[in-house]
Amino acid sequence: MIAAYFILLIPLFGIVFFAFLGHSENTGRFNVWLNVASFIATLWLAINVLNGGTLLSEDKAFLIDPFNVYLIVLTAFVGMTTSVFSAPYMAHEKELGKLNDARLKLYYSMFQGFMLAMYLVLTTNNIGVMWVAMEGATLATVLLVSLYRTPESIEAAWKYFILCGVGIAQALFGTILLYYAAVQIGDGGDNALLWSVLFDHADKLNPEILELAFVFLLMGYGTKIGLVPLHNWLPDAHSEGPTPMSAILSGLLLNDALYAVVRNKMLVDGATHSQIAGYLMMGFGLLSFLVAVFFLHRQKDIKRLFSYSSIEHMGLMTFAFGIGGANATFAALLHMTVHSLTKSAIFVTVGHAAQVAGTQSMEGIRGLIKTQPKIGWGLLIGTVAIAGFPPFGVFTSEFLVLLATMHSYPWLTPLLLLGIGIAFAGLFRHIQAMVFGEKPEGQLPVKANLFPVMVHLALVLWLGLAIPGFLAHWFSQATLLISGSAPL
Amino acid sequence: MTLSTMDFYTQAILSLAALIGLTSFLMLGQGRLLRLIFIFALQGFLLTLTTALVAYSLDNPHLYISAALTLALKVIFIPWMLRKEVIKMNMHRDVQALTNKTAVMMGGASLMVFSYYVLHPIVHTTTTVMLNALAVSLSVVLLGMLLMIAHRQAVAHVVGFMSVENGLFFAAIVATNGMPMVVELGVAFDVLVAAVLFGIFFLHIRTSIDSLDVDLLNRLHEVDK
Amino acid sequence: MNWLIAALQTALFVLLAPLLAGWLKCCKCALQNRKAPSVLQPYRDLLKLTRKNPVVAEQASWVFTRTPYIVFSMTVLAASVVPLIAVDLPTSASADVIVMVGFFAFARFFLALAGLDIGTAFGGMGSSREMTISSLAEPAMLMAVFTLAMAESTTNLSVAISHVLNDGLLLRPSFLFALYALILVAVAETGRIPVDNPTTHLELTMIHEAMILEYSGRHLALIEWASQIKLMLYGTLIVNIFLPWGIAENFTSSALLYGLLIIVAKLAALAIVLALSETLLAKMRLFRVQEYLSFAYLLGLLGLLSHIILEASR
Repeated sequence: MIAAYFILLIPLFGIVFFAFLGHSENTGRFNVWLNVASFIATLWLAINVLNGGTLLSEDKAFLIDPFNVYLIVLTAFVGMTTSVFSAPYMAHEKELGKLNDARLKLYYSMFQGFMLAMYLVLTTNNIGVMWVAMEGATLATVLLVSLYRTPESIEAAWKYFILCGVGIAQALFGTILLYYAAVQIGDGGDNALLWSVLFDHADKLNPEILELAFVFLLMGYGTKIGLVPLHNWLPDAHSEGPTPMSAILSGLLLNDALYAVVRNKMLVDGATHSQIAGYLMMGFGLLSFLVAVFFLHRQKDIKRLFSYSSIEHMGLMTFAFGIGGANATFAALLHMTVHSLTKSAIFVTVGHAAQVAGTQSMEGIRGLIKTQPKIGWGLLIGTVAIAGFPPFGVFTSEFLVLLATMHSYPWLTPLLLLGIGIAFAGLFRHIQAMVFGEKPEGQLPVKANLFPVMVHLALVLWLGLAIPGFLAHWFSQATLLISGSAPL
Repeated sequence: MTLSTMDFYTQAILSLAALIGLTSFLMLGQGRLLRLIFIFALQGFLLTLTTALVAYSLDNPHLYISAALTLALKVIFIPWMLRKEVIKMNMHRDVQALTNKTAVMMGGASLMVFSYYVLHPIVHTTTTVMLNALAVSLSVVLLGMLLMIAHRQAVAHVVGFMSVENGLFFAAIVATNGMPMVVELGVAFDVLVAAVLFGIFFLHIRTSIDSLDVDLLNRLHEVDK
Repeated sequence: MNWLIAALQTALFVLLAPLLAGWLKCCKCALQNRKAPSVLQPYRDLLKLTRKNPVVAEQASWVFTRTPYIVFSMTVLAASVVPLIAVDLPTSASADVIVMVGFFAFARFFLALAGLDIGTAFGGMGSSREMTISSLAEPAMLMAVFTLAMAESTTNLSVAISHVLNDGLLLRPSFLFALYALILVAVAETGRIPVDNPTTHLELTMIHEAMILEYSGRHLALIEWASQIKLMLYGTLIVNIFLPWGIAENFTSSALLYGLLIIVAKLAALAIVLALSETLLAKMRLFRVQEYLSFAYLLGLLGLLSHIILEASR
C-alpha cells in the first residue's frame, strides 16, 4: 500500500517543485526522472497486487484491485514516455519563440498536476473524491490547452473548460443520487461514498435511483470520454494544445473517464440486475464510433484527424463495456491498453511531423519519409496499427470486440465492420500523401526522440502477436471483477 | 404528507428551495450584468442559509464549515471578482438585451417541469418531501445551463457555471444532509480553482479578442470550411 | 343582520376607496418632496365632478353614455364578493375569484367599447392597448389564483381565507410565487407605474386615460370612482389572502371593528409600499409590458409547479 502513497506523493512533490523552483535547462530531464520514479512505484504496486490480490488501505480511502492497477501502470508508462518526448519537444518550441520560461514552468507543474489527478482518480476508493479528481484533471489541463495564447488556443481552452465543467457537473449530480441511495439503506456518514462499501451492498441499493444516477454519470463522465454529442471540446483541445498534452489527453484522460463510468456501472448493475446501463453505453458508444469515422474524412488539421480517431476508439470501448460479459470486457480492457499506447505514440510522431513541416495543416505536411525517414515510418506504422491491421494489438482487440458483438448482437456487426472500413479509408487518404508525397523545398529534419514511439509500437505489436501470460492473467482477473465471469 | 403536518424546519427548507429556484429564474431573465451578479450572490446567500439551517437542525458541525465556505466563495469572492471584471471592461452600462427573453423564460419553466418528470420515478422511494428538493436542484442545474446558452458574455457564462454548482450543492445539502467532509472540501477546492482560472481566462480572452463576448470565439469548426 | 353586514362591507369599499387613493397620493408626494393635497381631496374631486354637466359628443351612441354606470355597478358587485372585514358573510357563497375576474372583464369590455364609440384616435388606441394588456394579464392572474385554489382546494375567496387562517403560520413556497405574481398583475390591472401612469395625459404613453379621455362630469366621476374601488379591491385581495390575520370570523361588533382597523392599517401599509415602488420605478415602454406580464405568468406557473412539486400530498 505504501507504493500507492508514493504514486500520489511524487507528482505532488513535482507540482510544488516546478512551481517554486522556476524553469531551467534541466527541468525537462527532471520531469522525466519524476515520471520514471512514479512508474517504478506503480510496478511495485502492481507486483503487490499480483501477489496479494486486492488491496484496501486501512482507512479505506484507497482501493487497488486488478482493474485499476493495470490502468495505473499504463498511466505511469504513457506519462513516462510522453515526458521523454516532451523534453526536447518543448525545448524546440521555446527555440521557435512560441513559449517562454514562465509558460514552461506552468507546463511542467501542470503536467505533474494532471498526473496527480489521474492517479487519484484511479486509486481512490471514494467515488466523490473520484469526481473531485476528475474535475481537477480538467482544471490542471485547461491552462495547458491555452499555453500558446493564440486566439484559437484560448477559444479551445474556453470551450474545454465550459463544456467539461458543465458536463462533469452532471456526474456530480449522479454521484449525489448514488449517495442518496446509499443514505436510504442506512449507510450514511463518511463511508457511504466508498466504492468498496457500496459494491458490497449493491443489491440493496434502490435500482430506480441508480438507473437515474447512471444516466447522469454517463452524461458527465461521457463528456470527458468524448462521447458524441458531447465531444465538441475534444478535437479543439487536442489540436490547439501542445502535442505532449494531446498525447496524454488521448492516452490517459479519456481512459480514466471511461474507468470512472465502468466503476459506477458495476454498482448500478449490482443494483438493477438489468442491462439498462449496458444498453445506454452501447448506444452512446456506437453513435460516437459512427459519427467520428465520418468526421475523419472532413479534417484538414492532422491533430484534429487523430483526435476524431480517439473519439472513434473510445466509442468502440464504451460499446464493448456496454455489451458486458466476459469476452467483450476482456476485449475492451485490451483495447484500452493498445489504444493508449498507439495513440500516444502517434501524437508524439505527429508533433515531430508538425515541427518538420512547420504547420499542423495536412496540406502542408508532405514527403516526411524523404525528409526524416524515422518520422515518416513512425507515422505510417502508427496509423497502420490504429487502423486495426494485423499483426498489431488493435487488430486483436477489435477482432475480439467483433466476436463478442457477433455472439450477443449479431445484427450490429455489419455496422461495426462498416465503421472500421470507413475509418481506415479516412485515415489513409490523408496519411499516404503526408508520408509519401512530394517533399517541399527546404524542409529540414528536426531533433527528435522517437524512442518512446518505437517502444510503444513494439509493445502494441507484441500484444498483437501474443499476450504474455502474466498480462493475460491480469486481464482475466479484471474481467472477472467487472463482468462477474472469466473470459474464454 | 401535507405541508401542514410537517415541522417548521421542513417548511423553511422548502421555502428556501422555492426561493433558490426563483433566483435562478430571475438570473435567466436578467439582461444587466451587474444585477445578474447581484442575484447570483443572493442565491449563494440563500444557499448559505440553507446549509446553516440544516447544520443547526441536525447539529452537524461540519456543515457549518460548508456554510462558511459557501459564504466566502459564492457570496463574497466570486461576485466580487466578476463585478470587478465587469466594471473594468465598462460593461455595466450596456444592456445585454437578451434577444428572446420570453422564449428563454418559458424554456426555463418547461425545464423545471422536465426535471420533475425526470425525477418522478424515484418519488415513491421516499416518504420525505426532501426528495422534492432534488427536483428543484436539478432544475437549478438545468437553468444554469440555459443561462449559459442564452447569454453571450463570458461573465454570464461564469455565473451560469457557478449556479450549476449551486444547484448541485443544494442537492447535496438538502437531499442527503451533506456529502462526506472530504468530498465537500474537494468540491469547494475545485470551485475555488475554477474561479481563479476564470479570472485568468478573462484576461486571456480580453487580450486576444478585446472583448468578453464569447460569440466572437468562433475560429474553430467541427469540419474545416 | 348578516345581510346588513354584507351591505355595510360593500358600502365601506365604496366609501373608503377615495380615501385610499388620497392616502396613496399623500405618500407619493411625501416621497417626492412635494406638498401633498389633503387626504380627502379625491372626495372633493368626485363631488365637484358630479355637480358638473357631462359633455357628450354628438356621435356618441348609448354605449358611451351607459358605460360609466355599467363599469361602476360591476366594480361594486365585484367589491361585494371580496371579504374586507369579515369572512363567512352571506355573499361569500358567490365570493369566487373567477366571478370577480368575470365582473372586471365585463366592465373592461364596455369601457373598451366606449373608447371606440366616439371614434377619436386616442379612444381607439387606448382600447386596443387596454385589451392587449388585459389579455396578457388575465392568464397570469388566473395562474396565481389557481395556485391558491390548489393549495386550499377552492376558488372561493372566503373559504380560502378561512383555510389560511386555520392553517396557522405555514411557510408555503407556492404562496411566495403567487403573491409576487398577483402583485405584478394588480399593478398592471389597476394601471399603475410601471405599466401605466394614472396621472399622465401624454398621448404616447397613456393607456387607461386614453380610453376615458372623452368623459366628463358625472360620467368621469363614476369611472374614476370605479378605478379607485378597483385599486382598493386588489389591495384587499392581496393582503387578505396572504396575510388574513385580523379579519373578523364572527359578527360581534368588537370583532368587526377590530377587523376594520386591521384592514385599514394593512391597506395603508400596502399603499406606502406601492408609493415607494412607483417612486423608484420608471414607466416602461409599452412593448416591454408583455415581458413584464409574461414574467408574472411565469411566477404564477412556478407557484403552481412548486405547489405540485414541493407541497402536494401523495
